[in-house]
Amino acid sequence: MGEDQQPVADAAAPPETAANAAILSFRDAPAYEGPVVALADYAANSNTAAVRVEAGEDARSLIPHLARLRLIEVAFPKYRDGRGYSSAQILREAGFTGELRAAGDVLLDQMVFLRRAGFDSFAPASPLDPAAVAEALERFPFVYQNAADGRQPVWVRRNG
Amino acid sequence: MIKLLTGNDLLTGDVLWWDGAGWSLNLADAVAVEGDALLAKVIAEERINDPALIDAELTPHGPRPRTMRERIRGTGPTVRLDLNRMPA
Amino acid sequence: MYRYDEYDQAIVDARVAEFRDQVARRLANEITEDQFKPLRLMNGLYLQLHAYMLRVAVPYGTLSGTQLHALAHIARKYDRGYGHFTTRQNIQYNWIKLAEAPDLLAELAAVEMHAIQTSGNCIRNISSDQFAGAAADELADPRPYAELLRQWSSFHPEFSFLPRKFKIAVTASDTDRAAIQLHDIGLQLVDRDGVRGFKVWVGGGMGRTPMIGHVVREFIPASQYLSYCEAILRVYNRYGRRDNIYKARIKILVHELGAEEFTRQVEAEWALLEPLALDAPAAEYARIVAQFAEPAYDAAASDQLDLADPGFALWVKQNVHPHKRPSYAIATISLKPAGGIPGDASADQMDLIADLAARYAHDEIRVTHSQNLVLAHVRKADLHALWTALDGAGLATANLDLVTDIIACPGLDYCALANARSIPVAQQIAARFADLDRQHDIGELKIKISGCINACGHHHAGHIGILGVDKKGEEAYQLLLGGSGAEDTSLAKILGPGFTEAGIVDAVEKVIDRYRSVRTGPSERFLDTYRRVGADPFKEAVYG
Repeated sequence: MGEDQQPVADAAAPPETAANAAILSFRDAPAYEGPVVALADYAANSNTAAVRVEAGEDARSLIPHLARLRLIEVAFPKYRDGRGYSSAQILREAGFTGELRAAGDVLLDQMVFLRRAGFDSFAPASPLDPAAVAEALERFPFVYQNAADGRQPVWVRRNG
Repeated sequence: MIKLLTGNDLLTGDVLWWDGAGWSLNLADAVAVEGDALLAKVIAEERINDPALIDAELTPHGPRPRTMRERIRGTGPTVRLDLNRMPA
Repeated sequence: MYRYDEYDQAIVDARVAEFRDQVARRLANEITEDQFKPLRLMNGLYLQLHAYMLRVAVPYGTLSGTQLHALAHIARKYDRGYGHFTTRQNIQYNWIKLAEAPDLLAELAAVEMHAIQTSGNCIRNISSDQFAGAAADELADPRPYAELLRQWSSFHPEFSFLPRKFKIAVTASDTDRAAIQLHDIGLQLVDRDGVRGFKVWVGGGMGRTPMIGHVVREFIPASQYLSYCEAILRVYNRYGRRDNIYKARIKILVHELGAEEFTRQVEAEWALLEPLALDAPAAEYARIVAQFAEPAYDAAASDQLDLADPGFALWVKQNVHPHKRPSYAIATISLKPAGGIPGDASADQMDLIADLAARYAHDEIRVTHSQNLVLAHVRKADLHALWTALDGAGLATANLDLVTDIIACPGLDYCALANARSIPVAQQIAARFADLDRQHDIGELKIKISGCINACGHHHAGHIGILGVDKKGEEAYQLLLGGSGAEDTSLAKILGPGFTEAGIVDAVEKVIDRYRSVRTGPSERFLDTYRRVGADPFKEAVYG
């Protein structure tokens, strides 16, 4: 298969995150560690404080419930599957201020994008080095576009 | 038909051919490879990109890959034969 | 043209540092090739047949003389003394070493250039009209809008892991010199009721399943085109197919949903995005437009042109286009010399062209979709001196849009994706039709050759298209007729069974001979003859 042509949804997804795998959090409060209900089961369990959204599921269906949710976990079955970035942006645009967690094939080189898209906690299938993450997040001093993280785009800095 | 082991060098991108002991830039040095063990080892080491066993026939002038693609990897671009990295 | 400010420079420099770190981690085996590959691709570095290929971005095809000199220097220092200009207005180097790529990118950054997002499943180079800023028929220079798109799309956090690549083209005239209807998003600058905005096409593309784009919006105000593009990209990112790489472009989504439903989804998404202030402030647009101000034209320059020299006259007739200012002209430099490789330029040629641009063209060079170069602002009074200098370097072939002005992808000579070689076919056709009088008699005839179904040679948009295929391990070629990438966009149709390499060249000649015998006269283009008489006369000529 050509260089440029890798399938973004492979047959073999990485293993499920172990229950005690380290969660990297950028929130002041501790990361939520209670049970997380699958979105498909949420309607029957709408008192739960934590929901998991798979890559192909519609995050917008949670918009009526955001006030009751402390954690929304978004799955990344493969880092190349970028649907979770849209889910995160949608949830932050809709006003979700709780913990927004990227889970699964979350790698160092996606951290900048993930943070900008609104994720503030991470449950990577393979552990991340916090020092390397910190360095990666500091690397770009400026950003070009608006995103969920609210960083000022360059065009605002330039023009006041 | 025999099998040759080929790939591209991670650092330079050079086309490489397994010569029995190591990697050569020269298709003429390539030797027949038996089984999959060597390929598996090379894949695991992550130092050779796109390693593959390819079909070739042995001719009096050396191994000749079956496909045009692999023959071109051996010679360099047919429209710029002056550019091949192979030693002259 | 656009010049980086401290923000642009800091971002490009940070990207170089990031990639340097990523390469170091790869070479130390801290990350696997599978993890490294998309990072490498997002910096334009492919592994091809013989070596790494680096695709350097030439935003909307515009270069300064300094930048072209730097590209020549890079060709000498890091490559084998030449570069290849592509159908998306970029430049490719074919012999790059991974270990040297970070230093190369640092040298590019020093002249405000980069290879960001020239590959990978992200938004690619924004392309535009090679005559922008000079053409008489444009509403306004489209490039400021292309520059704004470039910035907006660079490291976009939501759209860096799309189902597949994403290509946007921007024009500002009814004459389409950028094939906007064959792009994922095509934007044409228009005016409506005194408001400037864009007509928006979505879902064009070539490759395995060529499709012409659908008009999704007749008019979006220019002040909102970025948020509108956000809506399109979000719908694609969420719903584009990820199960099959051959069905992953937005054109497939548009086709499978139907244009109406797709448009409904985009409009619904845009209604939610529009209040979020995603668009650039008017001041930013004004800041960028100011950098595309007209060159300091010579008010005393003459409108007259002395065509006594027949070689010069032929070049003017074929390669020179009218400029919006009567004393100026737009000159196309052919990179399709007889016996050459389409789109290739040596380092020496690049340096010469950069010098000529500084001397005669307000220091600006354009790359075209046909793999040629353009000097867009040349005084008529300087054309003869320019032509003389170009002629001395093999850059004055008077064949623009003629049968030997062939677009050819690198093909199996270079490309790991190819099924067949394309360059030798182009060379043989060019040799067959070398006689310039014969070429001029045939007239406008755009031949486009792709070495595989990915269609980087744009064969679907060729008046004559040639597609290289693999037939039981041997190279074979299909012949297609009747495509166009201009505003009269059409997709070429396959004529019949395929050919060997020698056979395809003969077939092309038979097609052209038949065209000459059925055309209404020399002024009827091949494409128009084909559209008038259909495929049958050509089928009969080729297959008997």
